[in-house]
This record gives sequence, structure tokens and C-alpha cells, in this order.
Amino acid sequence: MYTFSSRLRMASFIMMIVGLLGIGIGFMSAPSTVEEAKAMVASHDGGHGDAHAEEVGLAEANAHGEHAEAHDAAHDEHVLHQLQNKPWSALYVAAFFFFMIALGVLAFYAIQRASQAGWSPLLFRVMEGITAYLVPGGIIIFVILVLSVLHMNHLFVWMDADVVAHDKLLMGKSGYLNPTFFLIRAAIFLGGWILYREYSRKLSLKQDASDDNSNFKLNFRISAAFLVFYLISESIMSWDWIMSVDPHWFSTLFGWYVFASMIVSGITVIAMVTIYLKSKDYLPDVNDSHIHDLAKFMFGFSVFWTYLWFSQFMLIWYSNIPEEVTYYVTRIEDFKLPFFGMVVMNFVLPLLLLMNSDYKRINWFVILTGIIILAGHYMDIFNMIMPSTVGDQWSIGIPEIGAILFFAGLFIFWVFRALTKAPLQPKRNPFIEESRHFHY
Amino acid sequence: MASKVIHAYYDDDDVLMHAVKKVKDAKHHIEEVYCPFPVHGLDKAMGLAPTRIAITSFIYGCVGLAVAIVMMNYIMIQDWPQDIGGKPSFSYLENMPAFVPIMFELTVFFAAHLMVITFYLRSRLWPFKKAENPDVRTTDDHFVMELAIHDNEKELKNLLMDTGAVEINVSEK
Repeated sequence: MYTFSSRLRMASFIMMIVGLLGIGIGFMSAPSTVEEAKAMVASHDGGHGDAHAEEVGLAEANAHGEHAEAHDAAHDEHVLHQLQNKPWSALYVAAFFFFMIALGVLAFYAIQRASQAGWSPLLFRVMEGITAYLVPGGIIIFVILVLSVLHMNHLFVWMDADVVAHDKLLMGKSGYLNPTFFLIRAAIFLGGWILYREYSRKLSLKQDASDDNSNFKLNFRISAAFLVFYLISESIMSWDWIMSVDPHWFSTLFGWYVFASMIVSGITVIAMVTIYLKSKDYLPDVNDSHIHDLAKFMFGFSVFWTYLWFSQFMLIWYSNIPEEVTYYVTRIEDFKLPFFGMVVMNFVLPLLLLMNSDYKRINWFVILTGIIILAGHYMDIFNMIMPSTVGDQWSIGIPEIGAILFFAGLFIFWVFRALTKAPLQPKRNPFIEESRHFHY
Repeated sequence: MASKVIHAYYDDDDVLMHAVKKVKDAKHHIEEVYCPFPVHGLDKAMGLAPTRIAITSFIYGCVGLAVAIVMMNYIMIQDWPQDIGGKPSFSYLENMPAFVPIMFELTVFFAAHLMVITFYLRSRLWPFKKAENPDVRTTDDHFVMELAIHDNEKELKNLLMDTGAVEINVSEK
């Protein structure tokens, strides 16, 4: 049995408290009036204000009287909304990122069960521990979505009836994108994922105590069924929770793209938790070959993510259709470093670091690459949400880091607490002997 | 070059593995082992150095990438930068996404083909090569271990009989 080390528990509490403070500061410092927003933008622009001032000067010279004033007022209100969105977006990105890790692990776990993999049963309890985060993480996401529907924030413009009334495109989509249906879908998806997780975990524990393999077989069947449900629900979830922050834009491979991000982060976290537990002597039967396999999956899915990222980017860049390409125009103009930096972190570095077979067996090396991959996929989610919600007002400051710390603390606390609840090694899984002697 | 070699025949890969370990323990040099199929772990038991073919493949891939970049930079950007459907041919970077499929394919092409050719060269395989196996049965169901004889024929024979060999032949080479 695993006992939660008091130092780790302490660290997770400190992260949560510091993170909460950061989130609080983010909400306190968001402007509530146009004047405050103007003052904030002015104070930030200090250094590189010259070019901007010139641009404004030109715009003023070209425009005439009232029209210019009306335009300015609209612009100011736009900036106000962006700044008000900042703490919400920071919260949402971090909440989704950690939830996505647990969901990615759940998908990987179901794949391992449905494919009857012989190497992974030793790691099932680690995966089940990580997926325990689905419950608190899912509830937090759902609460944020409900608050969005209640107009506490402007993350999703299509939730604003006034905006929809003046927007033909959004009117056309309102049969799908309407608050009630949106929340019903979210509830069904979260319910389905959590239901599978809890039921599969229960069967997994029952299998240890039983004297036949009926629980194992049932688990195999429900895992295969879950994968069908997951494939559909994950795709729709990505349209709902992520693509709809930009409701004028659409991409057909978006669900797969989000899935790739999800599964590579999930596998990375499995590897990191496994290496941590192994270093504390809680997983004596896990050997370097298991780590090697996980690192191969990290490598492979990093490349898969890049393939989808590039396929989406290149198709839109190549055809350059105005209604699609704005998505990338805003990202390349306002998010150049995060947008391309993320490709380096999620593709170039994992590709070079994990190519060598020997390096995949060095534990600290896998941890190092894992940290890069996780940071890269946080930036990936950041790049999906931020350009549509805060635009060029983005930064990575107190609200963003605070939200990451809070959810990281909660994630660590919940996952390691769940790990203490059952022995870390399944007892009578039919493949456990093969897994214990797994050698690559 | 030893002029006489001893060939020990085995009909089971497990017995062969044990025999290889035993012969290695007795500090005899194994010239060659002929198998009808890959025996997992035989290279480790024989103490063969790990292959470096993956490293050569990586280098070939880098060469392929360089070839793709230089070729398309010359053709599309330097030599005749014409406007094809509004694609920006002002610099390589601006038009790069359009070149990526070719960069990828050439990297894979060079890495794969040059590695295979390297394999053929290093293992001396070509279409009209004369087969080297000492006995046709080694391609079907027998394993043969070959050792050179240095005035110790009797000792070697005894050792190999002990390891479970089904047949032992001494031949000139």
C-alpha cells in the first residue's frame, strides 16, 4: 500500500493556497470600467508605445469626427471585455489542461484494457489513481461552464443573446450552440466518462478478490464500449468547450487534434507518476522496459500531435480562405512566440530527446522531457483559448501561473490520495505475470 | 587463418543458447552460428557488439532533409521565384509549409533506402552472391555452431558433445 508522503501533501496544499491567491489577485485586478481598462493598457504600453501612438495618430487623421469617436468607444469596450476575460481564461485553460490529462489517461487505460496489452497491467493502479481526478476536475469545469452560461464572463460570445441577434452566422448555429443544449451535452459527457472510470475501477478491485476472471472479462467489454463512446464524446466536447470560443471558425480535424494533446499529456503524466513511485520503492516490479514503453508512446504521440497540428495549419494556410485563415492570422500576429514555441516544445525537443533507445530508459531524462511536453501542451491549450477570449491583451502573469499552481496542487493531492486507497499492484490480473517479466 | 573448423549441429534453439553460453564460459571463440530463424538473445549470449545501423539511418535522414531544403530553396526561391497562385516566394521560410511534405518524404526516403543499402553492404548481400551456409539443413530445422580448431580437436569435441549437439563434423575450410 502506498502512503501519501507528508512532504508531498504539504507541497500540494501550498500550491493550492498560493494558486488561489494568484487567482484571487487576477480577479481583483481585472478592470470593471472602460477607464480602468484604458489606464491598464496605457501603463503596459510604456516601452513600445511609439509605433502604436503613430498608428493611432494616423487613424485619427484619416477618420472624421463622430465616426472616429464611436469607433474608439467600441474599441475601448472591446479591450475592457478582453481584460475582464483574462482571469477567467487563465482559470479555464488551467482547469481544462489538468482535466484533459486525467481524461487522456482514461482513454489510454481503456485502450490497454481493450487491447489486452501484456506489459501495462502493472501500471493499471497508477492510471486509475490519475483518472480519479476526473471527478473534481470535471465538476470544476462544469461549474465554470454554468457560470459562463449565467453571463459571469464573456468566454463564449455565442452565449450572449444580443450578440447572436445581430450575427447571422451565430443565428444559423444556434440550433446546436445554445446554452441549454450545451450544458446537457457537457453533463452527458462528464457523466459517461466518470461512470466508466468508477465502474472499471470497481471491477478492477473486485478482480483482485475474486476467484475467476469474470470481472476482468466484463472490464474488457465495457472498455471497448467506452472507447466508442469516448471517440464520439471527445470530439463533440472539443467543439463545445474549445472550438466554440471562436464560433465563427471551424475545423474538421479539431477533435483529433485535441485528443492528441490529451493522450500525450496523459501518457507523460503516467510515466512521471510511475517514475516517482518507483523512486520511492513502491513499484518494485516496474523495470526500465516499462518506462521505455511509456517513453516510446510519449515520442510517438508527440509526433502524432505534430502531424495533426501541421495538417490543420497547412491546409488552412495553403488555401487561405478568409473565414478560416483569420484563426491563424490572429495567432501568428499576436501569439508568435507561444504559437511557434509550442511546436518546438511539443515536436522538436521530444523528437530529438527521445529518439535514442538508451535515453528512453534513463528515468531523469524521461522526467525532463515530460516537463517540456507538459509545458508545451499547456501552451497548446493556451493558444486555443486565449486568442479568442483575450486577444492581444494576453500575458503569462499572476492569474495564469496562479491557476496552474492551484490545479497542479489539486491534481497532485487528489491523485496521490487515490493511490493510497488500493494496493499499487493488481493481484490476479491474468496478464500480471507477463507484465512483471516484461522485457524489451 | 585456421584451416580446420568444427561444426556442431543442434536441433533446438534453447539447447543452442545453452551451448553458446557454455562454450563462451570455456573461453572458446565462436566463429559463426547458422540459424534458420532469428534466435532471441543469441547476439547477447555470443557477446556481439550492438548494431549501429540506427545511427547511420539518422544521419541519412539528416542528409535527406538537407537535400530537400537546398533543392527547393534553389528551385522555388532562388532560381525562378515566380508567383504561383499567390504563394509567397520571397524567402524559404515564408513558403515553408508548402515544402514540408517533400521535406518529410525525402527524409524518410533517404533514411530508409540508404540504411537498407548500408545493411546489404555490411552483411555482403547481393543478387548473385554464393550462399555461405555450411549445410542446407541450417535453413530448415538445424542450427550449426562453427569453431576453429587450434590443435584441440578432442577437447572441443568432448565439450560440444556435452552441450547436447546432435552431430559433430570436422572439415577443412
